[in-house]
Amino acid sequence: MGNAIEAEGLGRSFGEVEAVKSVDIEVADGEIYGFLGPNGAGKSTVVKMLTTLLKPSRGSARVLGHDVATAADKIRLDIGVALQDASLDKKQSGREILRMQGRLYGLTKPEVDKRIDELAHLIEFDAIDRMVDTYSGGMERRLDLAASLMHNPRLLFLDEPTTGLDPTSRAFVWQEVKRLNEELGTTIFLTTQYLEEADELADRVGIINAGTLVGEGSPTELKSEVGSDVIVARVTGNVAAAEAAVAALEVVDHIDPAGDELVISVTNGAAAVSPVAVALDASGVQVAELTLRTPTLDDVFLELTGARIEVDA
Amino acid sequence: MTATTDLSDSARPADVIRARPSGFLSDLFTIAGRGLRSIPREPEVFIPAIFIPAFFFIVNIGALQDLTEAIPGNSDFDYRAFQMPTAIIFAVTGISRAPGLVTDIQTGYFDRLLLTPTRRVPLLLGLQIADFVLVCALTIPVIILGFILGVGFETGILGFVFFVLMAGLWGLAFTGFPYAIALKTGNPAAVATSFILFFPFAFLTSSTVPFERMTGWLQTIARFNPLTYILDAMRVVLSDGWEWATIGKGLLAIGIVFVISQSLAMAALRGRVNQE
Repeated sequence: MGNAIEAEGLGRSFGEVEAVKSVDIEVADGEIYGFLGPNGAGKSTVVKMLTTLLKPSRGSARVLGHDVATAADKIRLDIGVALQDASLDKKQSGREILRMQGRLYGLTKPEVDKRIDELAHLIEFDAIDRMVDTYSGGMERRLDLAASLMHNPRLLFLDEPTTGLDPTSRAFVWQEVKRLNEELGTTIFLTTQYLEEADELADRVGIINAGTLVGEGSPTELKSEVGSDVIVARVTGNVAAAEAAVAALEVVDHIDPAGDELVISVTNGAAAVSPVAVALDASGVQVAELTLRTPTLDDVFLELTGARIEVDA
Repeated sequence: MTATTDLSDSARPADVIRARPSGFLSDLFTIAGRGLRSIPREPEVFIPAIFIPAFFFIVNIGALQDLTEAIPGNSDFDYRAFQMPTAIIFAVTGISRAPGLVTDIQTGYFDRLLLTPTRRVPLLLGLQIADFVLVCALTIPVIILGFILGVGFETGILGFVFFVLMAGLWGLAFTGFPYAIALKTGNPAAVATSFILFFPFAFLTSSTVPFERMTGWLQTIARFNPLTYILDAMRVVLSDGWEWATIGKGLLAIGIVFVISQSLAMAALRGRVNQE
């Protein structure tokens, strides 16, 4: 199995601003790759370079075997892209948008009709012939996804496909992403600012912050780097003193302060809770909440970047 | 780096519908089709373009017909026929889908089109085909109004068709300016300012009185205004017959404006799609 995407030292500047500094990515054929980062981290810029909308300022990238700088036409034939905001013509019906999309990919009329029938399940049955300006946000995103799938792309880029969606629509998109990958073998490059989305869908996750890839691996691998368990203590009072007291314990692997919380990585959570509680009490802080749980990607992000991910609604 | 995936057809099931290059004409007609479908859905684009010229047509005739036709030596002058090309030009100048293109740029739909394998030139030319059809259609109600007011075609039905096509070609030539601004700026306010271009073109010429009756300074400016020659050509088709010297100057004037405006639009398109 080869790689669907290979990027080496990929970077993009806008004037003096380095939106993406240098990113190395390899995505295997048939993989779901989650590209996780906060708003403004550079995720969309990377997607735009990989999908041929933007020329890289430095580095190189090959998508489906073709260089993004020299073979954009060949790449466009076999990728599907749903950009961050559903980009649709609201004066057209769902069917008209899908039909036009199919024609631009060289599909014949019977092929277009067949694909619309196959993709109709993504859109509500009675909505496909309505003008898009009558659609809800969730329906627009689903039509956008259907449009990006008209030509059966081998590689699908989804740029924050569920941002702003209600839980039902989000679950629907997740289900469809899994189906595309499992049943059709579509490689999926998915950017997201939702940690649970990357955790749920991605085989591997790349974490980008301030234009730099700061971590990469399967969700399990990344979480294991934080530790086996995490104790989260929400405290009031002198957080620095509490941090120092807890950090001195032998059972503690690592500690990250985040506002009024201390995120404490430990190997054996059950054994560590008691000494941590005692240390916190001895440091003079008031403990409002003490939670023991397994690590999340949020903990990984905190450990790698020193900050929690800020999520848009 | 390791080897990337081979995309040969053999790597994929035979019955899967695949993308393929669609061809220039297919792209062109697909984009034009979308533009044409949008026309009846956006009546706000064409209703003012019918109402305003019809209004000026009637008001100008009411105000100036007796005055211009009473000029000594002007006994066979028909001001209604003189005004009809002006009304047509008012109807078709500046009508374009450039504001819609700006919306596409702002909403990201233009990026969606750029992500397809479609060639880039049809993204603009397709819209202009839709504009050409709309502009030709817009001339019809004005011509009908002219018929009602008693204007007839000296050149018959062929002249009628030629007259409509000439109006369409002028409309098409002018659209290059708003498209250039739309593609360069992606800003609806900037596109709206392209309407300012309409005024010198439409009024610093023989739009309301014959060229030879204009004051000296205006005559000098009008001599360099392509619309002067286009109006002359349309008027001879309407009132005098197939005077090819005058018609040729009109077509040449359209051609010059077309080359200038489309060059600007194509340069702006290249700037918009060059991935910079």
